[in-house]
Amino acid sequence: MSEFPSITTEQAQTPLPRSKTDWLPLLLVPALALLALPFVGNPSSWVTLTVAGLAMGMMIFLMASGLTLVFGLMDIINFGHGVFISLGAYATLIVLGPLAAWGKADSLALNLGLMGLCILVAMALTAIVGALFERIIVRPVYGNHLKQILVTMGGLIVTEQLIHAIWGASPIPIALPETLRGAYVVGDIVMERYRVFAVVIGLAVFGGMQLLLNRTRIGLLIRAGVENPEMVEALGYRIRRLFVSVFVAGSALAGLGGVMWAFYRQTLTAGMGMEVMVLVFIVIIIGGLGSVGGCFVGSVLVALVANYVGFLAPKLALVSNILVMALVLVWRPEGLFPVARR
Amino acid sequence: MKPAFLASAQPEDTGPSNGLLLRLLSSDGPRSRALAALLVVIVLGLAATPFLFGGSQPLGTAAKICVFIALAASYDVLLGYTGIVSFAHTMFFGIGGYGVAIALDRLGPTWTSVGLGLLGALALSAALAAAIGLLSLRVRAIFFSMITLAVASAAAVLASQMSTITGGEDGLSFQLPHQLRPAFRLFAEPVLGLSINGRVLAYFLVFFAALAVFLVLLRIVNSPFGRVLQAIRENEFRAEALGYRVVAYRTAASVIAALAATIAGGLLALWLRYNGPDTTLSFSIMIDILLMVVIGGMGTLYGAVIGATLFVLAQSYLQVLMGWANTALTGVPVLPDLVHPDRWLLWLGALFIISVYAFPGGIVGHLRRRH
Repeated sequence: MSEFPSITTEQAQTPLPRSKTDWLPLLLVPALALLALPFVGNPSSWVTLTVAGLAMGMMIFLMASGLTLVFGLMDIINFGHGVFISLGAYATLIVLGPLAAWGKADSLALNLGLMGLCILVAMALTAIVGALFERIIVRPVYGNHLKQILVTMGGLIVTEQLIHAIWGASPIPIALPETLRGAYVVGDIVMERYRVFAVVIGLAVFGGMQLLLNRTRIGLLIRAGVENPEMVEALGYRIRRLFVSVFVAGSALAGLGGVMWAFYRQTLTAGMGMEVMVLVFIVIIIGGLGSVGGCFVGSVLVALVANYVGFLAPKLALVSNILVMALVLVWRPEGLFPVARR
Repeated sequence: MKPAFLASAQPEDTGPSNGLLLRLLSSDGPRSRALAALLVVIVLGLAATPFLFGGSQPLGTAAKICVFIALAASYDVLLGYTGIVSFAHTMFFGIGGYGVAIALDRLGPTWTSVGLGLLGALALSAALAAAIGLLSLRVRAIFFSMITLAVASAAAVLASQMSTITGGEDGLSFQLPHQLRPAFRLFAEPVLGLSINGRVLAYFLVFFAALAVFLVLLRIVNSPFGRVLQAIRENEFRAEALGYRVVAYRTAASVIAALAATIAGGLLALWLRYNGPDTTLSFSIMIDILLMVVIGGMGTLYGAVIGATLFVLAQSYLQVLMGWANTALTGVPVLPDLVHPDRWLLWLGALFIISVYAFPGGIVGHLRRRH
């Protein structure tokens, strides 16, 4: 702590300079979409691809946002995050079992009610398990990345096995509610209904998170905690309680993402969370560890690239994510929006 | 002038009687009677397996133990000695397997193709490991874990998609060189009641190659280079301040570990006469390696020996035990599901978590502390 300049009354009255918004990464997404248009050629398939990519991106964002926030706030990297995705997906079975009729009914209200219930149950379950996970697995290893990685991997193995023990080891098919099947057709543009639904949910969650983080007191504290946890603690706030609630909320978001992902794949396996974690890690690295906005941009970027490349050169699609990540890291080694400078 | 941590870490002088053995172990002995006894039992047991047990199943288990000892030891160089977590170790394991498999499949069953395949695989592994290390170890070690996970999964998908070269999901079956086939006899007469056929020769090839890899790795971690790796693990910042280029050392460690894993992969392919995504590339093998190293003991290569042996034995025989418990507990709610033979990983996972908390040195650390 070196010398602080003494604050004169004059300085204190001048408003703080507004922090500059970093537009460049934000422009990346529309630029990419426009760039892909001439290559795809046909505007209607371009719209289809873009909507599909956006839907995919929103789902990845839902699953990744909690992880990146937890990392930013407390420098914890949870390699077991994927198991909350699986758990959220399996939680739909609790609802789909007794209420199967709601999904078969040709009524939008009942179908959406069913989805809403699935999401609620999944988020409640993953929040509870998340709180336990934080208490049992993560808390003893604060401040040690190596042990965190190991012990959260251990938690992943055990919880995955427990899912096997409870719901069985074979894949379980689940059906989309009646009115969310099929596609909207506008002219010759085809948009799958469920993907539009996923985009709406994703945007709503992103909007809600932005409001919470930027317009509420809790959000202010979380952002301050990401910036400088010791300072927040010194000001008398219980950063630990704040962190536990962020961890629980992050787990619940992963559960929500898990529900969306489950209905997208329409098959449940205990390993599905870990499979998608690869994308999640790529996304939070691209976005900058700890940045929610970066995570959003990264998710959409990766999903759009994967969709365009998959359409143009299917062979390349497998490595496109890695390629995007490598390019971003060459450009900005700490990700698009570097946050946690530790 | 050597920095203090280098000088203080040198092992104490020992008598001349066990000098040769200790030199072979790079002056890094077991330092515990119980551990030494356990290691002797494992090594002698592995060496004598073809003479002691008939049939192909014990021999297969023993060969798997040998391969996984080499693999887990190479992983420990990264995890235990350098303190970085890689999830791409199976990728290098797979590259080794595919190198040997593709060469033997395409160039015919000769020793030249084994050599060519292994060399090509080693070159590819070294280049990939260096590229990943230089790209991701620059910023912070945690990037490395995530990026290796991503690259490894891409490699697994790539291997199963490029079916014209790799055989896709089915993998590749191939013929071994003449001397390693079951029909080959080294001597006309049986030795110690065992006819030395190609299968036994293949086993001893795997055994001695794994032993050699292990001893070379032991040599490396006990060299000044290995001490620097440990210094980086203990305090990255201080090691950098002493003038060691942390990125270069970590990348070098990751290349060395990758090379050893490649050899292990080649050995497994030679033994199985087959290589596919499930035998060398899958993520579950990565988790197996993690369990072996952590339960056996991080930061000591003997931990890899104990861990790998225990794990492979558990994989083969714990399930029998659990099946027995499962039938004994029928009627009790929930419990039979938890001890179902397929849930053996649940208990090893729990043991893994307990190891990380309570026994950071694993089994080896525990054995050594008692003396």
